[in-house]
Amino acid sequence: MPSAATVLEMKGITKEFYGNPVLKRVNLDVKQGEIHGLVGENGAGKTTLMNILFGMPVIHETGGFSGQIVFDGKEFLPREPRQAMTAGIGMVHQEFMLIPGFSVTENIKLNREITKQNLLSKLFSRKLETLDMTTMAAHSRKAIDALDFEGIDEWASVAGMPVGHKQFVEIAREIDKENVRLLVFDEPTAVLTESEAAILLDALKRLALRGIGILFISHRLDEVLAICDRVTVLRDGEVVAERKAGETTVIELAELMVGRKMDGLRSLDGPKLLEAGEDVLVVENLIVNMPGERVKGVSFTVKRGEILGIGGLAGHGKLGIANGIMGLQPASGSVRFMGREIRLNDPVSALRAGLAFVSEDRRNIGVLLDETLEDNLVLTAVQVHGRFLRKAGPFTMRDAGSIWRHALETIKEFDIRTTGPKQVVRRLSGGNQQKVCIARAISLDPKLLLVSEPTRGIDVGAKQKVLEILYRLNREKGLTIIMTSSELGELRRICHRIIIMYDGKIAGILPPDASDAEFGLAMSGERSTERSGKHEATH
Amino acid sequence: MKRLIESVGIPRLLVGLFLLILFALAGFQRLPVKMLISSALVRIGMNGVLVLAMLPSIRAGLGLNFGLPLGVITGIVGMLVSLELRLNGLVGFFFALLVGILLSLPAGYLYGLLLNRVKGEEMMVGTYTGFSVVAGMCMFWLLAPFNNPEMIWVVGGRGLRVTIPISHRFGGVLDNLGKFSVGGIEVPVGLLAFFAFLCLVVYLFSFTRTGMAMKAAGMNPAFARASGVNVEKMRILGATQSTVLGAIGIIVYAQSLGFVQLYLAPLMMAFPAVAAVLLGGAGTSRATVFNAIAGVTLFQTLLTISLPVTQSVIGGDISEVAKLIISNGMILYALTRKEA
Repeated sequence: MPSAATVLEMKGITKEFYGNPVLKRVNLDVKQGEIHGLVGENGAGKTTLMNILFGMPVIHETGGFSGQIVFDGKEFLPREPRQAMTAGIGMVHQEFMLIPGFSVTENIKLNREITKQNLLSKLFSRKLETLDMTTMAAHSRKAIDALDFEGIDEWASVAGMPVGHKQFVEIAREIDKENVRLLVFDEPTAVLTESEAAILLDALKRLALRGIGILFISHRLDEVLAICDRVTVLRDGEVVAERKAGETTVIELAELMVGRKMDGLRSLDGPKLLEAGEDVLVVENLIVNMPGERVKGVSFTVKRGEILGIGGLAGHGKLGIANGIMGLQPASGSVRFMGREIRLNDPVSALRAGLAFVSEDRRNIGVLLDETLEDNLVLTAVQVHGRFLRKAGPFTMRDAGSIWRHALETIKEFDIRTTGPKQVVRRLSGGNQQKVCIARAISLDPKLLLVSEPTRGIDVGAKQKVLEILYRLNREKGLTIIMTSSELGELRRICHRIIIMYDGKIAGILPPDASDAEFGLAMSGERSTERSGKHEATH
Repeated sequence: MKRLIESVGIPRLLVGLFLLILFALAGFQRLPVKMLISSALVRIGMNGVLVLAMLPSIRAGLGLNFGLPLGVITGIVGMLVSLELRLNGLVGFFFALLVGILLSLPAGYLYGLLLNRVKGEEMMVGTYTGFSVVAGMCMFWLLAPFNNPEMIWVVGGRGLRVTIPISHRFGGVLDNLGKFSVGGIEVPVGLLAFFAFLCLVVYLFSFTRTGMAMKAAGMNPAFARASGVNVEKMRILGATQSTVLGAIGIIVYAQSLGFVQLYLAPLMMAFPAVAAVLLGGAGTSRATVFNAIAGVTLFQTLLTISLPVTQSVIGGDISEVAKLIISNGMILYALTRKEA
C-alpha cells in the first residue's frame, strides 16, 4: 500500500539511560494497513522504543528522550500510557495483562463497560449504572470472531485458559477499542503452538486490511517475512536497515541483526587453532530448565586449551548451558570433567572439580556490591578450597596478610582501577566490576573457566581489556575457556570453535572464520549445520 | 564537616545532640549527673547482649530478629532451673547460662527451619513467632513442675510468680564483679567486660570461614550459592546464634535487674533491642559490632537521663512515651528506608 497515509512516524528518537545511549536517532514509520516488522537482538532497543511510544513512566523518570513522534498527522508526546490508549494505540503484551477471575467479556470490556440506567443511578450518579452484559458479550463475540478463532466462549473465565487463548483475548480487547489506529504486538507468537500462531498471523493480516497499522516485534524471522510489508532492523540502538519484505531473506535479516561489529576494538591475533588436545569436558544430553533460556538437550565436548564460544539469539538457551553445568539452574543429563562425573544442581561439585564461572548476571551473582574488593576476590576460594585462611587456635580465620597481597597482585595483573583492596565494589565502574568477577574466578585456580556475557554493559575500552584478559589467560596460561556471548563479533575474535544455539538445541558448530551467512542461518534455525572446520566436533 | 555528618548519620547526630541538651539540663537542674551516668553504664551492659543478638540474624539475611523472645524464653528457663537448684553467685549465673544455651540451640535451629520456609517475610513471621511462644509459655509457667517456694505463688502453692526476685541468688553478680568508683561514677566492670567479651566473639566470628560465608549468604544469596555456600544452612546458623545470644542476653539483663520476669514480660523484649541496633546505624541487611555498641549506648543513656530531667523540668514523666516514640520511630524509619 504505497499511497496509504502514515499512521505513526518516529523521527530521530534518541534515549540515554544514565549516560548509556540505548537509542541513537531511530526513525520508524508505519502506514495505514501496513504490517511493519521490528527485529533486533535483545538489548537492541526494541523495548525502549515501545516504552517511549507508550509514554511509560520509566522513560520520563530517567530524563525523557529527544526526537519527535507524529501520530495520525499530529505531534504526539505521551507522558503516560493512558494517553497512548486514548490516542488509539493498542498494545498486546508479552506477559498477559488479564484478570484471571473475570470472564472473557469482563476482561475485554474492563474499564470501558457498557451500562444501562437504573433507579439508583438516576438518583445518584452514573457510577451506579447497571452493566449491560448482553451488549458487552455481543461486542466481545464480534471482536473474537474478527480474529476467526472459535475456540473461545465469551462467557468463559480467563483463569485456567490455555496461554494461546489468553493471547487471543488480549488481542480481542485491543481491537474492540473503536478508535484503535495502531496495534503493537510484542512477541505475540512466543507462547503459541504452531497452529495457533498460524491463526494469529492470519488474523493480523485481516486486521491490517481494515486499515489498522500494525507494528510486529518478533524473533521468528520467517514469520516476520511471511506477514510483514516492511521490516526495520535495530542493532545496538540504531536502525541498521529498512527492507521491503519481498526484497530480503531470513539470512540477510539475521546477518543484519547480528552484524560484524568491531566497535573500534583492536583485533586479537595469535594462533587461532591449537593442536587438538584431548577432550576435557564431555557434555551429554544436557537439559537445563532455566527460565527464558531453556536448553533442550545438547551434547558437546571441550578440548584442552581451547576457547569454545556459545552464541545465538536471546532466549534460545545459550546462557542456560553454563548455568546448568555450574549447578545454578535445575538441570539433567551428564557432564564429565577430566573423567570425573560432575553432580548437577550442586554448585559445590562443579567448583570442587576445578570449574569456575563468571555469571552473565554481574550485579546479582557476579559480585557482592557492598563488600570490599579483596573479600570479593577471595570469597569463593575461601569457601571452596579453604585458601587464604590461617589457624588461630581451634579456629580458622581469614588470613588478612595473604588476602591483601593477593588483592594487590590481582589489581596489577588485571589492571583494576581502584583506590585499593579495601574499596567497596559498588564504587567501581561496570568494566572494573567485570574484571573483579573474572579475577575472582581466576583466584580459584580453575582448570576450566566459564564466562557468560563478559562484555555486557561495559564501555568499549573495558571490553577490549576484558577480551585481552581472556585471550591472555588462554594463550599464555593454557586455560580452557567456554565463553557465552550474544555478541558474535567478539566470539569470532577469540574463540576456536563457536556453538550456535537455536531453540534450546545446537544449530551448528562453526569455525570463527565461517561466513556471516552461515552464522545467520544457524542463528535463525533455518538449518542444522554441522560444519566443524578443522576440528572434529562431537555431537 | 559534611562528610563527618554523613559518616555519623543523621539519626545518631540528632539523638546525640538531644542527649547533650538533656545532660546540660540535668546539670542546670542540679540533678545528680554522676549517678545518672553510673546507672546508664549499668543499663548499657544489661541490654548490650540483647542488642548484640540482632547481629547474626541481620548478617545471615534474616533481617532484624523480631523473634528474640524465643531466645529470651530459653534463657528464662535456664535461670529457673538454676534457681530451683538453689545455686548462688557466679555458679548460679553460669549454670543458668549453660542451661539457657543448651535449650536455645534446638529452639534456634527450629526457628531457622521455620524462617527458611518464609523467605522474604522473616521479620513479620519472627514477630509472631515471638508473640506465640510468649503466649504459649504463659501456660507452661503455671503448670511447670518447679517447687522452690521462692518462685511459686504463696497462695495455692502452684504455678510460677510473675516476678521472681533473684538478688540473693545471682542477682548483680556481674554488676558487682570488680566494680570501682572513679570521681563518683560507679563502673560495673564485670558487666561491661562480659558484654565486651561477647562483642569480641561476634567480631572475630565474622573473620572465620563460616562467618564470611554467612555474610555472603546474607548480602546476596545468589552470589553465595554460586560460591559454594549452603545458604539455607547459614540462615539456620544465623537464627541459632541470634537465639543463643538472646538467651544469654536475658540472663545478663535479669541479674542486673534483680528479678526474673515471666508471663507477658518477654513479649516486647525484641523492640528496644531492634531500635537500639538501628539507632547505632545498622540496616536490615548489614550490621557491625560497632553499630550494636553505639546503638545500645545512645539508646540506653537517653532512656536513663530523660526520666529525671523531664520530671524536674516538666513535672511529669514522659520517659516511657519518649522510649516508645524513639524505639518505634527508629524501627519505622529503618524499615521504610530503602537500602541502597
